[in-house]
Amino acid sequence: MTYIRPKFRHPELPKNKLGYSVDFYEGALSTLCAGCGHDSISAAVVEACFDLNIEPHRLAKLSGIGCSSKTPAYFLSNSHGFNSVHGRMPSVATGANLANRDLIYFGVSGDGDTASIGMGQFVHAIRRNLNMVYIVMNNGCYGLTKGQDSATADEGSKSKAGSVNPFQAIDLASLSLELGAGFVAQSFSGDKKQLIPLIKAAINHRGFAFINVISPCVTFNNNPGSTKSYDFVRQHVEATATLDFVPEMEEITTNYNEGSTQQVKMHDGSSIRLHKIAQDWDPQNRISAINAIQKARSEGEILTGLIYIDEELGELHEVLQTTDTPLNQLTEEVLCPGSEALSEINAGLR
Amino acid sequence: MSLSADKVNDFVVRFANVNGTGSASANFLFTKAIFRMGIYVTPKNIFPSNIQGLPTWYEVRVSEKGYLGRREGIDLMVAVNPQSMLEDVASVRPGGYFLYDSSKKLHKEYIREDINYIGIPLMEMCNAAYTDARQRQLFKNIIYVGALSALLDIEFAMLEGLLAEQFAGKEKLIPANVKALQLGVDYVKNNFKYPLDIRVERRDLIGDAIMIDGNSACGLGAVYAGATVAAWYPITPSTSVVEAFSSYADELRTDKITGRKNVAIVQAEDELAAIGMVIGANWNGARSFTATSGPGVSLMNEFLGLAYFAEIPAVLIDVQRTGPSTGMPTRTQQSDILEAAYASHGDTKHLLLFPSTPKECFEMTADAFDLAEELQTPVIMLTDLDLGMNDHVSQPFIWDDNRKYKRGKVLNADDLEKIQRFGRYLDVDGDGITYRTYPGTHPTKGSFFTRGTSRDEYATYTENGAAYQRNMDRLTKKFNTAKNMVPAPQFYQDKNKSDYALFFFGTSTYAAEEAMDLLKEKGISVDAIRIKSFPFNQQVDDFIKSHQKVFVIEQNRDAQMKSLLLIELGADPQKLVSVLNYDGMPITADNILNQVSKSLSPSLNKVS
Repeated sequence: MTYIRPKFRHPELPKNKLGYSVDFYEGALSTLCAGCGHDSISAAVVEACFDLNIEPHRLAKLSGIGCSSKTPAYFLSNSHGFNSVHGRMPSVATGANLANRDLIYFGVSGDGDTASIGMGQFVHAIRRNLNMVYIVMNNGCYGLTKGQDSATADEGSKSKAGSVNPFQAIDLASLSLELGAGFVAQSFSGDKKQLIPLIKAAINHRGFAFINVISPCVTFNNNPGSTKSYDFVRQHVEATATLDFVPEMEEITTNYNEGSTQQVKMHDGSSIRLHKIAQDWDPQNRISAINAIQKARSEGEILTGLIYIDEELGELHEVLQTTDTPLNQLTEEVLCPGSEALSEINAGLR
Repeated sequence: MSLSADKVNDFVVRFANVNGTGSASANFLFTKAIFRMGIYVTPKNIFPSNIQGLPTWYEVRVSEKGYLGRREGIDLMVAVNPQSMLEDVASVRPGGYFLYDSSKKLHKEYIREDINYIGIPLMEMCNAAYTDARQRQLFKNIIYVGALSALLDIEFAMLEGLLAEQFAGKEKLIPANVKALQLGVDYVKNNFKYPLDIRVERRDLIGDAIMIDGNSACGLGAVYAGATVAAWYPITPSTSVVEAFSSYADELRTDKITGRKNVAIVQAEDELAAIGMVIGANWNGARSFTATSGPGVSLMNEFLGLAYFAEIPAVLIDVQRTGPSTGMPTRTQQSDILEAAYASHGDTKHLLLFPSTPKECFEMTADAFDLAEELQTPVIMLTDLDLGMNDHVSQPFIWDDNRKYKRGKVLNADDLEKIQRFGRYLDVDGDGITYRTYPGTHPTKGSFFTRGTSRDEYATYTENGAAYQRNMDRLTKKFNTAKNMVPAPQFYQDKNKSDYALFFFGTSTYAAEEAMDLLKEKGISVDAIRIKSFPFNQQVDDFIKSHQKVFVIEQNRDAQMKSLLLIELGADPQKLVSVLNYDGMPITADNILNQVSKSLSPSLNKVS
């Protein structure tokens, strides 16, 4: 880790449309290990939010417990953050979102936080199509307690201490597809070029947007024989397409070869442009996406990129038919029925 | 053979039914008719954890004097469940009445010499009058209500009126019901001397009182308090709290044209998620609550600790049932006191409220939101199955239109502009209560990181022992501040008059008040206090100190309230005498009388 971050910033750092430079989107100094994949993801979050001209205070960052869940302290220091309890970030995010539908909810979790202790809440947040970004920083092990296997560790993967994981891995991307998530992506912390547009698209997706990011643990799970080490992941990552996130206002200026580019319109007018290299599935077809991810798994490959997207699914507020005004802004005049209505209620109970 | 004297407006009727046979609405009809005749009436549903088939009882106490607690001794048993009949016969007090279905001859094991039998061929009458099987079952209940109206002198027009209200919009169902009532009336008039020596007489005792269950009152209270987010997981006996909230919100919080709602209600995947959602919503500035029972509170412990430590408001309505573990899910108890007071690991303390009537359920639910937001901490309202699920005669609900929600110390964008540096956990006012901000308030000021880990006054993570301790001490200060904000106790005397006192709370109140009268009749005068909240304030401490013996009445085995008094006030353990009831049934005045009398004069045997 970097102990002292230079305070000096180049005075001519580029500014975004809000007049903020990228440092405005940074957070506190990371206390994670030097080379931790999670720090790269935090950096990608900072860049994505800068590029998207997000006002940091309009975004709330939430997490559970674990190394990954510490990261919200390391980006967007002008956003409110909530480091909750282990595995329970989805419920806190649900309540927060119900209270104010106008903010962006950015959840960060880990493989222990999501695939073990928090599995129930993760699954139900998907079931309700909660409008949030949910990133799992997935390193296949428990860092803070010194390297135990997590539920996403691959069967046969070897730990630093030499033990071989005997259990099947829970594949979170497959699971979320199966559960009906409207946005499923997978990436690698070492592939910023892919990760940033995915984060941007996830933020703009209406509904639950899941990104499973393989993020190696340099201290406990970066050894030969581990399937979550930098080397292994680099060798087995299968990025079959590159993608751009195109905000609404931007005109299409580049010409792509017919047939190799797929454009996905998002509900707010922005779009995702996929430039296929070898992608042979349709990310707007769930069955096709499930087949592709299963096929890659069976071949020992990690499929990355935008796996599946459905912009038509209704999010939780639409299902509950809540009013457009954020509930936390409704005034007493609107909320309290008053004494006259109470007299009628009393009369009905006599 | 009869009861000693005419018992006008003073008796107990118990109905023994089979669960799931439609008896509930017929029995409620009976109760409501007596209520409409201006007389105090208290029904108790004694039901199994079952959907259909097991025995269920409905006990109704009628009291001219206005006693609303349970009373032991059944004056009239309406026995329509063969499964429990032996037990039912045995529970009638000598000289009482046993109404049964005489379609089949009563076997001799059910015959007692000291009670009166009223046989009505309910099944035969139904079979003769109706052809549909479901109707035959349902109208059997209505026939016995008709019979009771003649036996007890309940005004027939009152029953007819209630049926008309019940079937408003489905008027064609009314004549068949009235016919069933009339069948019962006619049978009694043709076969028995009526009315009985136990009977009702119209009075004007109850004024403008209402009849409602505590859970519905809590749900309505949450609507009035401005709750906008409710998250819950179904569990008996709390389920009807959020169901009531939901149905009142459908009526009072829904745009009639668009159908859009000023409320969000989520049935969570479990109690952990329910309280998590409540905490998330409150953190984000919406008033939010959940309702559960003991097992749910157990599951919510970790989150309650977070809300205490990170200082996030939360309202939790705990409708207590008989524990431990699954216990007796459909029986009452006051046994979550210690669990609620100290929920979660580490040093934690929570505010508790103890309502004892539906009116208080309504008011205290509203108070709970104010307290939670002013003190930025969880508030747990401890009601119970007896209060929550039974209908009670209650004073009507009152809402002062001048009342304003107390949202506590929340800084808006303008406030933030005026301050140099915002310290989320900085005790600016010296009362232990710090200022908070909602997410989304200001572009560059007021953001902070909420966490369950230790932090300094500026919400920055720290493992510095001194900073941790400062924070814990401030939380104690805040808890002390709360002592004068929570509802004050009720005293039953202007000045203390006795060395002895009764100490009670929640649903022990009715029985305790009645016991005070019974003690007085025996020449024993006692002072009394009813507490409504925790932490205890100075008044509670003073009251205990100024008496030689304080009878702490509670409905659990381990004297949990007594423990709380010992821990929090350092009260003299010799002074606090427990009066306990933990069989799952609401405590009775006789029970209190017996235990208190025994303690005051050990030579005295059972008083009844």
